[in-house]
Amino acid sequence: MKIAVCVSQVPDTTTKVKIGSDGKTIDPAGVTYIINPYDEFAVEAALQLKEKQSGETIVISVGKDSNKEAIKKSFAMGIEKGILVKTDAELDSYAVARNLADVLKEINPDIILFGKQSIDYDDSQVGQITAELLGIPSISVVVGMTVESGKITCEREIEGGKEVVESTLPVSVTAQRGLNNPRYPNLKGIMAAKSRPIEERQPTYTENKTEILSMKLPKSKPKGKIVGEDVSAVPELVRLLREEAKVI
Amino acid sequence: MAKILAFIESRDNKLKNSGYETASTAVRLGNELGAEVEALMIGSSVSGIASELGSYGIKKVLLAEEPKFEKYSTTAYSKIVADVCRMQAADVLIISATAMGKDMAPPLSAKLEAGLVSDCTEIRTVGGNIIATRPVYAGKALIDVKVSSAIKIFALRPNVFKPVKVDGITSAIEKVNTGISDEDFIVQVKEVVVSDEKQDVTEANIVVSGGRGLKGPENFHLVEDLAKVLGGAAGASRAIVDAGWRPHSEQVGQTGKTVSPSLYIAIGISGAIQHLAGMSSSKCIVAINKDKDAPIFQIADYGIVGDALEIVPALTEEFKKVLSN
Ligand SMILES: Cc1cc2nc3c(=O)[nH]c(=O)nc-3n(C[C@H](O)[C@H](O)[C@H](O)COP(=O)(O)OP(=O)(O)OC[C@H]3O[C@@H](n4cnc5c(N)ncnc54)[C@H](O)[C@@H]3O)c2cc1C
Ligand SMILES: Nc1ncnc2c1ncn2[C@@H]1O[C@H](COP(=O)(O)O)[C@@H](O)[C@H]1O
Repeated sequence: MKIAVCVSQVPDTTTKVKIGSDGKTIDPAGVTYIINPYDEFAVEAALQLKEKQSGETIVISVGKDSNKEAIKKSFAMGIEKGILVKTDAELDSYAVARNLADVLKEINPDIILFGKQSIDYDDSQVGQITAELLGIPSISVVVGMTVESGKITCEREIEGGKEVVESTLPVSVTAQRGLNNPRYPNLKGIMAAKSRPIEERQPTYTENKTEILSMKLPKSKPKGKIVGEDVSAVPELVRLLREEAKVI
Repeated sequence: MAKILAFIESRDNKLKNSGYETASTAVRLGNELGAEVEALMIGSSVSGIASELGSYGIKKVLLAEEPKFEKYSTTAYSKIVADVCRMQAADVLIISATAMGKDMAPPLSAKLEAGLVSDCTEIRTVGGNIIATRPVYAGKALIDVKVSSAIKIFALRPNVFKPVKVDGITSAIEKVNTGISDEDFIVQVKEVVVSDEKQDVTEANIVVSGGRGLKGPENFHLVEDLAKVLGGAAGASRAIVDAGWRPHSEQVGQTGKTVSPSLYIAIGISGAIQHLAGMSSSKCIVAINKDKDAPIFQIADYGIVGDALEIVPALTEEFKKVLSN
C-alpha cells in the first residue's frame, strides 16, 4: 500500500501576532515554526497504516526551504521519503493543492492523509481540493479510521455528533484531533532523519485565486469589569448581563 | 449581471439557523450588487421548509429532492451544487461554514475552479466587488480577501451574520433534475451517531465552559447545570479534555472548536492563548476564576474573582430565580 502525507509548516500556537511591513502578512521576526499540529495526526495515521498493512510512506510539503523542518519531523516519526515543492511565493490553498495534486498524480497513492486545517490561515481546504483535483473521494475531520480490503470506514465530527462514512480506495482523509496520539520521535529516528535526503521540485502552478488585501489585528476590548470577589457578587453579575449587556 | 446562489443547508429535513443567515446575507449582497439571488436546497423532503425562505427575501428556491438525498454525501451533494451553479450561470456561491459546508466547499472550489474564502465573519461590497473579512491565526489577526476567479465561493461562519425577515415575499419553488446516480455516492454516510440530545457548542447562543479550576470531573455538572438553565451548551478547555474529563467534541480553542455565542462563560479556565483563539469573538465574555491575574480577565467583559465551586451553584440558582419571573 502506498501512503502519502501532506504537511505544512506554521507558526507555533503561542505566537504573538504582529503585522508585517507589507500590511498583509505577519512579521516573522521572533516566530518559531512547527509542523502543523493536525498534520502530526496525519503522519501518525500513515505510520499506523504502514505498520498494520505494510507499504511505503512519503511526505510532501509545498513551500519555503524551511518547510524541510516539517518534513524532517515526519522522518523522525518514521516516514520514509520526502518531497519539497520549493517556492517562496505565498500560495493560496487552491494553488498549494494544484502543486500537491501534480506530485501525487505521479505517486498514485492508495491513501493520502492531510491535517484538517493549517493553523496559520485556518483554511481547511487543501486536503479536499487536492482530492477533487485528483478525482478521488475525500473524507474530512476524521476522528476514527479503519482500512480493510480496499475499503475505508471513518468517523467524522459533525455538529452534535458523529457520522460514520464509508468509501472505496484510493481516498483522501483529513485528520482531526482525537484520531490518534502522535508518537514522539526517538533518538534513532531523529538521527536517521538528519541524513535522509529530501527531493526538491519546482512548483507547477503559482497562480492564486484569492488575494489578501490587508491584515489587521482584531479590535482590542476595553478592560472588563470585576463585579466582585465572592458569592455576594452573583446577583449584580446577573443584573449586568440582563440590563447592561442584554445577553440573557 | 452577477447571479448569486445560496446553498441552504438542512439536516433531517430541518432548516438550521445558519440557513437563514446564509439566505439573508445572499439577499443583502444581491441588493448591493443588483444581482439576482437564488437558493438551492438538497434533501429527501424539504419542499415544505423551502417555502419558508421567502420570509428571508429569497424569491426562488431550486430544490433537489429525492429519497436518496436524505443523508449528506460529499460526492453527491457537491456534484449537485456544482451542476446547479453552472446551469444557473451563478458567479457567486454563498454557503455556511458548518460541518457540511466546510466539507463541501473545497471540492466545489476544485470543480468550479473558484477561489474559496473560508469562515468569513464579515462580507461587503466595494465598487461591485465582494470583499470578505476572516480571522486567521486562530483569530489573532483578521484579513480582508478578494476573489479573482470567475466564480467565487464564500463560506460564512455560523452565528455571526444576522438573519433578516422580509415581508411580502413568497418563494417560487423549482425542482431540479439532478441526474445523480449511485456511483455519485462514493462517499456515503452509513450512520449518524448523535451524542445524546445535547446542543453543539458551535451552534449554541450561550456557551458555558469549564477548565481545570473545577478540580475534578465530578464537579463538571456545575457547568452543565448552568448551561441547562441558560439553554446553552457546555464546553471544555483542552486541559480537561486531555485529562479525560470531557470528550474532545466539547473542546473550545485553537485545536478544538471555534465558537462565537452571544454569551460565553469561562469557569476555572486560565485563558491560555490557544483557548482564547476559539472563543475571543464571543459577544459577551464572563470569567469566574480565583486568580485575579488569570489572562482570561484580559478579554472578559465581566468577571468574578473567587472559587468556582461556590460561585457557580449560586449563579445557577440566581438565573433560575430571575428567569422564572
Ligand atoms: C498546540 C496546542 C494546542 C492547544 N489547543 C488548545 C485548545 O484548543 N483549547 C484549549 O483550551 N487549550 C488548548 N491548549 C492548551 C492551553 O495552552 C492550556 O494548557 C489550556 O487551555 C489550559 O486549560 P485550563 O484553563 O482548564 O487549565 P489551567 O491553565 O490549569 O487553568 C486553571 C485555572 O483555574 C483557576 N482555578 C483553580 N481553582 C479554581 C477554583 N476553585 N475556582 C475558580 N478558578 C480556579 C486557576 O486560577 C487557573 O486560572 C493548546 C496547547 C497547545 C500547545
Ligand atoms: N503548503 C502545504 N504543503 C503541504 N501540505 C499542505 C500545505 N498547506 C496545507 N497542507 C495540508 O492541507 C491541510 C489543510 O490545510 P489548509 O487548507 O491550509 O487549512 C494541512 O493540514 C496539510 O495537511
